[in-house]
Amino acid sequence: MLSRTADSLFWLGRYTERAANVARGLAVASRMAGLSAALNEEGDEWRSLLVAAGCEPGFFEKHDAVTQEAVIDYLVRDTGNPSGIIPCFAAARHNARTVRTALTVDMWSAMSDSWNHLRHIEPADFQGEKLPGFLEWVRERVLLFNGAAMDTMLRGEAWLFVQLGTALERADNTARLLDVKHDLLTAEADSTVAHGQWQAVLQSVSALRAYHWVYRDRLAPARIAELLILRPELPRSLAACYNRVCEVLDGIAIAQDGRRGDPHLMAGKIQAQLKSDQIHGIMEIGLHEYLTAMIVSAAELGQAVESFYIRP
Amino acid sequence: MTLPAFDEMGSGVSLRAAYAAIADWLRETPRGDLTAKCAEAEVLFRRVGITFAVYGEGGDPERLIPFDIIPRILARAEWEGLSAGLRQRVRALNAFLGDVYGRQDIIRAGRIPAHLIQGNEQFRPEMQGFTPPGGIYTHIAGIDLVRTGPDQFYVLEDNARTPSGVSYMLENREAMLRLFPRLMARHRIAPVNRYPEDLLTTLKAAAPERAGPNPTVVILTPGAFNSAYYEHCFLADEMGIEVLEGPDLFVEDNIAYMRTTAGKKRVDVIYRRIDDDYLDPEAFRPDSMLGVPGLIAAYRAGNVALCNAPGCGIADDKAIYPYVPEMIRFYLGEEPMLANVPTLLCEREDDRREVLANLDKLVVKLAQGSGGYGMLIGPHATQAERDDFAARIRARPQDYIAQPTLALSTVPTLVDGGIAPRHVDLRPFVLSTKDTVRIVPGGLTRVALRDGSLVVNSSQGGGTKDTWVLEADPVMQLQSQSQSSGSAGTC
Repeated sequence: MLSRTADSLFWLGRYTERAANVARGLAVASRMAGLSAALNEEGDEWRSLLVAAGCEPGFFEKHDAVTQEAVIDYLVRDTGNPSGIIPCFAAARHNARTVRTALTVDMWSAMSDSWNHLRHIEPADFQGEKLPGFLEWVRERVLLFNGAAMDTMLRGEAWLFVQLGTALERADNTARLLDVKHDLLTAEADSTVAHGQWQAVLQSVSALRAYHWVYRDRLAPARIAELLILRPELPRSLAACYNRVCEVLDGIAIAQDGRRGDPHLMAGKIQAQLKSDQIHGIMEIGLHEYLTAMIVSAAELGQAVESFYIRP
Repeated sequence: MTLPAFDEMGSGVSLRAAYAAIADWLRETPRGDLTAKCAEAEVLFRRVGITFAVYGEGGDPERLIPFDIIPRILARAEWEGLSAGLRQRVRALNAFLGDVYGRQDIIRAGRIPAHLIQGNEQFRPEMQGFTPPGGIYTHIAGIDLVRTGPDQFYVLEDNARTPSGVSYMLENREAMLRLFPRLMARHRIAPVNRYPEDLLTTLKAAAPERAGPNPTVVILTPGAFNSAYYEHCFLADEMGIEVLEGPDLFVEDNIAYMRTTAGKKRVDVIYRRIDDDYLDPEAFRPDSMLGVPGLIAAYRAGNVALCNAPGCGIADDKAIYPYVPEMIRFYLGEEPMLANVPTLLCEREDDRREVLANLDKLVVKLAQGSGGYGMLIGPHATQAERDDFAARIRARPQDYIAQPTLALSTVPTLVDGGIAPRHVDLRPFVLSTKDTVRIVPGGLTRVALRDGSLVVNSSQGGGTKDTWVLEADPVMQLQSQSQSSGSAGTC
């Protein structure tokens, strides 16, 4: 496969996943803001969302204060924010367009229809009471795109590079999301505030129900961290994401007569670590330190993929 | 300008057989339904992403070329005649290119003036003394035809370099199948969907011998900002080949490679949709960012094929066009089956006299200009403008050619005010290999949507129509079919 094509497919996967993650984050923040106005400082939810999305510095270049409306605008529409929902779709669509031939008609239609809707959107279509409906729509569009890929794409290198982008972005997102709330997950106090926050963390990775199925017990911070980091059966856990990353990298190696390099070594190491680590050990060395290391590893792995396959 | 034009459908007693079912359909279908189908078509095209990109003019950079839902129809016999003429013409163009970059017999025989070749910007001296595999230069040609009467077709111009539009031919048909399955079932329409296969066969046949039976074929595009980018991707997709931009290719020891995730991979045939000037900064324009340094050297070394060959522009140049009938006689020993638009060459004394006497009726063009610069449309011009042109023609007669203003045929078209005749042209696509010439039946019909306009270009209010070549005249169905007795259980 052309290196440029692989590059575009990888980022197509990443940007699409990112748009959905931002939408999930916004949905939870908006729910929390609605539920718990009295529980914490106005703006806390929105601020931690900015941090989780890696958007805080950019936000403060444009806005002085964290308000609901400003954060929503920045995370949905602001063209200066490369992690905003609409810019993510724009970038995904641009990548899709430059590799038109590597996509199936169904994937292209899913992407194109989303974009044709988004390019005409106004703040009135996603602010205020319209927000939940809009975010739901974004998630559905990404699910449709992923489903189209799953159901129609040839299982060749093109498929693998999209999957690689999706899995790496997802791992990065889960680590960031947990890290933002690491304080709350380290304190054992089962306050109402903390409990609400724990729920929010689980909801933003669609894992609240899953938690109950896996543990059949009250929410407890160590278990939440375990579920999101170590449990391979949760599709958005770090362990599941890195299993996927390794599977995909192996697939690419097989397609290339066994050619392997740094990305395989690095991903294998992270995967092995996630298999052997125990949650109490992680809590002992510090959740924040552990997650920071994971975020750094994800970035380094992204770099390694780039220099091995795309720009040697 | 309103000219009495030949309408291809006709009406009443002049209704032409090929359009009989279309006339019924237009009569029976409420206008609102047609308009609704039109809107549906637009959604389809937008969805498929079949846009042409216009950047830097403001507005939406991804535009749709308007699609008219009323098809343009050619009867089988009409098409047979046209396609024979197209084959003949493109064979002659390829023979001319081989000659003009080889022995130049046609010049020595005095059938084309030498100065038209040597002084022509489109002539590439780099191509002299080199013969591409199979001796084919213009593998993919688009020949623009216009019509003025039942049997009067003319070649308006040849496109021997990188003709575009074939994706519209294919997508228009797909859209019609989706929008009007019943209407289409009432006709026996020759299919067009084997074009991508034919194209791939043609490109493979152009490969250097060394490449073996399964050469690596790619498309080279200027990139996503090119107006025909959609078409490049569409064709690549239909053929299952890669779309490359210049930086995806490099040349090492006169061999062309593409950069892949598994390292470098050798390329055998490049279907390039980049103009000659931008192909290779080492050979042509040094400032080109689109091209591949060393590509022409690799080509001349016989290590990679370029389709179409560099230098094809000399065959579709306006100054050369009047000589195409002469080429057909010279190379093939045949009489041309397709007529040129009668063209007067001002450098010939008799022609010049005729031009000067009829400036109010003719279109006068610069022989080596393009884009409508230095053009006089006689019937529209003032006396002062005509006098000015007369003086210019007398001063430099070799620079000017003149043609009559043609009354292009019309086809019924859905416009704001209802259904009205609009002028059309036709671009069939002709694929050539050493052994065969292939043409899918039909081509791209472009239609001038503005009332009275003769300009079919998409940049100036032109649209497209699906073009049907009928295997037989349509069967009239007066009532719906029902199961005949005794045939229950069969289908």
